Amino acid sequence: MTLTAPLGARLDQRAGVRRAAARVGLLGGLGAALLVAVVLAAGHGQLDVASTEVVGSVLHRLGIDLGPLPSHPQGETTLWQVRFPRVAMAALAGAALATAGALMQGVFGNPLAEPGVVGVSSGAALAAATVIVTGWTFAGSWTIALAAFVGGLLTTVLVYTTARDGGRTEVVTLVLTGVALNAMTSAGLAFLMFVGDQQAREEIVFWTLGSLNGSRWEYVAVSAPLAGAGLVAALLMARQLDLLALGDRAARHVGVDVERLRLRVIVVVALLTAAAVSFSGIIAFVGLVVPHLVRLLAGPGHRLLVPASALGGAVLLVLADLWARTAVDYADLPLGMLTALVGGPFFFWLIRRARRTAGGWA
Amino acid sequence: MSVLRASGVSVRLGGAEVLRDVDLAVTGGELVALAGPNGAGKSTLLGALAGDVALDSGEVTLDGRGAQTVAPTVLARQRAVLLQQQGLSFGFRVADVVRMGRSPWHRTPEADRDDEVVASAMGLTDVDALADRVFPTLSGGERARTSFARVLAQETPVLLLDEPTAALDIRHQEALLAVARTTARAGSAVVVVLHDLSLAAAYADRVCLLDAGRVAADGTPEEVLTPERLSAVYEHPVSVTRVDGSLVVVPVRARAEEDLCVP
Repeated sequence: MTLTAPLGARLDQRAGVRRAAARVGLLGGLGAALLVAVVLAAGHGQLDVASTEVVGSVLHRLGIDLGPLPSHPQGETTLWQVRFPRVAMAALAGAALATAGALMQGVFGNPLAEPGVVGVSSGAALAAATVIVTGWTFAGSWTIALAAFVGGLLTTVLVYTTARDGGRTEVVTLVLTGVALNAMTSAGLAFLMFVGDQQAREEIVFWTLGSLNGSRWEYVAVSAPLAGAGLVAALLMARQLDLLALGDRAARHVGVDVERLRLRVIVVVALLTAAAVSFSGIIAFVGLVVPHLVRLLAGPGHRLLVPASALGGAVLLVLADLWARTAVDYADLPLGMLTALVGGPFFFWLIRRARRTAGGWA
Repeated sequence: MSVLRASGVSVRLGGAEVLRDVDLAVTGGELVALAGPNGAGKSTLLGALAGDVALDSGEVTLDGRGAQTVAPTVLARQRAVLLQQQGLSFGFRVADVVRMGRSPWHRTPEADRDDEVVASAMGLTDVDALADRVFPTLSGGERARTSFARVLAQETPVLLLDEPTAALDIRHQEALLAVARTTARAGSAVVVVLHDLSLAAAYADRVCLLDAGRVAADGTPEEVLTPERLSAVYEHPVSVTRVDGSLVVVPVRARAEEDLCVP
C-alpha cells in the first residue's frame, strides 16, 4: 500500500498532464480548423474572394487597417450581406446540433440517440411549419424559434418517457420511438403542405430538406443567443453527465440528482435543436457523427466531448454548406440531403460496429 | 450510537411485501453481513439503507437524518454503494471510473487528496495494472473490483456492498472482504450482502439473517449460523463445522448411491 500509493500518484499525474495536453491540442486544432473553414467558406461561391481579402475585410471592420480589401466591386457587400451570415448560421447550427447529440447520448447512455434520428428535429420542424402556415407572429422574429423550441421540448419529453423504462433505454425502443415520431411529424408536415398556400409549401419543403440558403443577420441574432446559452449550460453539466454513464442508481450513489439533471438536459437539447432548426430546417446526423468521432479520438469524458463536439460540428457544417453551394454551378444543394448522404452510411457502420463490440450499447 | 439505522421498515414491490417490519442498526467499526435465501429481501434492504427504495412504513436514518430527505450530494458523502450489476454505457478507462467515486468531494478541501485516494483505492483492490483498460472490455471480476475501488475512493463512513464477491476468484474474495473489514476497523459501518455463509462467518462481526422479508436472526456468526436455524431458513439441511477455528457452512448433500437407489 505505502509503496503503491506514491507510484500510482506519479502515474496519475503523468496521465493528467498527457490528458491536459491532448485537451488543449484537440480543442486548439479544432478551433484553428474552424477559422480556416470560415475563411475558406466565406471566400468561395458564385463570386470568389481571395482568402487574404476575406481576412483583410474582417480586420478592417474591426478597425485594424491590415491586409487587402476585396478587389471586386461587389466583394465587400457579398461578404457581409450574404456569406458571413450564412457561414455564421452554419457554424451555429453545426455546434448546436453536435452538442445536442452529445447531450442526448449522455443522458440516454446510448450512442445512437441524436435529435434527427429520434425525431426531435422533425418535431421542432413541425411546430415551426405550423407557425409558417398559420402566419402567427405573437413573438415577432422569435416566433418560429419559440415554436421550434416548444416542439422540440415536447418531442424530447415524449421520446424520453416512451423509450426509457426502469432506468434503462432499450436501443430498439429508442429507434422505434424515432420511427413512430418521424411518421407522425411527416404526416403533420404533409397536412400543413396540403392546407398551406404556395409560399408556405415552398418554405416547408425547405424545412424538410434543410438549407442555409438566404441566411440573414436577423436569423443569426436569434439563433446565436439560444445556441450560446445551450452551449454554456451543456458545459456546466458535462461533469455530471460522465457520472450518468454509471447508470441511474450508481449515479445517484455518487451524488447526482438524476431526475433533475435529466430534466435540464432535455430542456437544453430542445433549446439547441431549436437554435439550429429554426432557420435551417432538418439537418440530420450531425449530432450522431461528430460526437462519435470525438469519442474515438478523445474518449467519452464529457468535459472534452462537449466543447470538441461543438467545434467539430461547426467545422463540419461550414464545410458541408460550402460543398452544398459550390458542388453544382448556380445551384444550392439542400444541406440536409448532403449530411444524410454522409451520415446514413456512417449510421450503418455504427450499427455494425456496436453489434460486434459488446458493451458499447446500453 | 448507530451511524445507520433502519427501524420498522416495510417495503412493497409490485404488490408483494418484500420487507416486513425490519429493524437493523449498524455502528461505526462494524461489518455486518446480510444473508438469507433468494428473495429474502437482502438487496431491497440494502437499497432501503442506501435511500434508493421508497419505504411503505418505517424509516432509515443515516447519521441521525432520514436517508430519503437528504440531498443526493450530501448523501453521497455519507454512504457509498456497490451494486450487484456494474454497467457503464461509455468506454471510460478504469482510472476514470475509480475517480468518479471522488465526485461527491468536488469543490471541497477533500478534493486535494483525489489523486492519492484514487491511487490507494486502486492498490487495495489490485486494479493498478488495469488503470488504462476500458471498463466495458473487462471481465466480470475485474469490473467488480474496479467498482469496489470506486466505492472505496468515495471515503464514506458507511459502505453498502451488494454481493461484492459473486464474480470474484478465491484470492480476490478474501482480499476484498479483508479490505472491507479493515475499512470497518478504521471506523466505517460496513454492510455486505453475502451468499457464502462461510465467508460471512469469517469476516462479519454480525450476521443478519433474513427470511421472507423478516429478520430471522441478528447476532454474532456463532449465534446466528446454527445448523437448525439455517436448515429451516434455507429449507435444505445444512451442517456447520469448524475448520482451523473458523465456521464452515456446508449443505448436506445426498450421496450419489442414495440418489440412484431404486426401491
